[in-house]
Amino acid sequence: MSTVLELTAVAKTFTMYLQGGVRLPVVRGVAFAVRAGECAVLAGRSGAGKSSILKMIFGTYRCDAGSIRVHADGRTVDVAQAQPRQILLLRARALGYVSQFLRAVPRVPTVDVVAEPLVIAGVERDHARRRAADLLRRLNIPERLWPLPPATFSGGEQQRVNIARGFISDLPLLLLDEPTASLDAGNRAVVVDLVAAKKRCGTAVVAIVHDDDVRAAIADTVVDVNRFTAAA
Amino acid sequence: MIERDEDQPLLVAEGLSKWYGKQLGCREVSFALYPGEVIAVVGESGSGKTTLLQLLSAQLAPSRGRVRYCMRDGATRDLASLGEAERRFLFRTDWGYVHQDPALGLRMAVSAGANVGERLMAIGWRHYGRIRETAGDWLARVEIDSGRIDDAPYTYSGGMRQRLQIARNLVTRPRLVFMDEPTGGLDVSVQARLLDLLRGLVAELALAAVIVTHDLAVARLLSHRIIVMKDGEIVETGLTDQVLDDPHQPYTQLLVSSVLPP
Repeated sequence: MSTVLELTAVAKTFTMYLQGGVRLPVVRGVAFAVRAGECAVLAGRSGAGKSSILKMIFGTYRCDAGSIRVHADGRTVDVAQAQPRQILLLRARALGYVSQFLRAVPRVPTVDVVAEPLVIAGVERDHARRRAADLLRRLNIPERLWPLPPATFSGGEQQRVNIARGFISDLPLLLLDEPTASLDAGNRAVVVDLVAAKKRCGTAVVAIVHDDDVRAAIADTVVDVNRFTAAA
Repeated sequence: MIERDEDQPLLVAEGLSKWYGKQLGCREVSFALYPGEVIAVVGESGSGKTTLLQLLSAQLAPSRGRVRYCMRDGATRDLASLGEAERRFLFRTDWGYVHQDPALGLRMAVSAGANVGERLMAIGWRHYGRIRETAGDWLARVEIDSGRIDDAPYTYSGGMRQRLQIARNLVTRPRLVFMDEPTGGLDVSVQARLLDLLRGLVAELALAAVIVTHDLAVARLLSHRIIVMKDGEIVETGLTDQVLDDPHQPYTQLLVSSVLPP
């Protein structure tokens, strides 16, 4: 299968001006690639820079060196060099991200929170809502909660809403930051199935998972992030 | 939302500077705004945000630099070259301007329906029934009870006034809306409702917007990109999540870290 994501010599250092300009090196020399239909799991100790790598791929963190090439939708974009507009376009067409926590918008019903990425991509609202409903049902969110905003839901429910939102689009590259962290065994299994389905459709997946069983079930390759950790 | 990357910008600011005598308003501000794109301009009071908004919307003449705008016919024009009538036409049709104080953007003594209908009459609508019907639709869209259509906005609450101002601005289907602290001065619960409403309308109508705000939560919720201003100059720009989650400039780090988490 073709390569979807390619990181080369990626480095990141935070400079904290409010703390006297102290520099916090995070990672350096990050290099790995992921092919279509393949899942790469980032492994490493806490603080090794796993989430930072994911955020650099998504464009939330800027990287100081190297390249992050995404080959999708008939073109190649280097996220490390891309203009904001190109990154927005890439996110709309090719790049999905399930964050660790749901950033809930006040007043928006759960079903619309989940449907929103499709609506933004131009899918008709009723159709998007039906897709959202399917996913919410699979993830065991009771139907009586769908019209409610998720802000008051439990941690696990919010995470499942977040997963539904992240999985609703069919994008070539999907980034998962601890998608199963606060889920019970039954829901973890659902997420494993959802990831497997994405892979079968040719989606390349980069994931951070701490649960050994989930990792074993979804990983095709494991990237040891410890070797990229930058020395302070 | 951004549809294509090939399309041309709606508005381009080139080296915009403004001095009030010796006092600097803003200096060397350049950026491009694309159709459907929302840019938040953030910074503390006195950083030049409102000056910039007035320059962009041709309410102030720049001391240096220019603003180019892509008209509905596809022609790009320098705002300074527009005649008064052309500028007024832009204001009535293609642009909206939402003031922090709704009293500045509304006629407080005439009915809500007339406030919205007036914009339609200004672009040539004459059929009373149709104007009233469209005004009613828009009041519903901004969640104002249809029973209040004949009441004047001075009888409205602050949040309702702001929603009415938004309806009045959007009824002519503008392509670009300028907003100056649209949620400033409102209770938090009222803010949330307004933000959610604005967010929906901006996405649904594919509006481009320049939103001046000192509230980073507003910027995060509504904007695609952020421009950070300090002492009249741009100190940092980028994607909204980039600027807020990985700020590179000392001033932006100060702004981001000064927000108390709820």
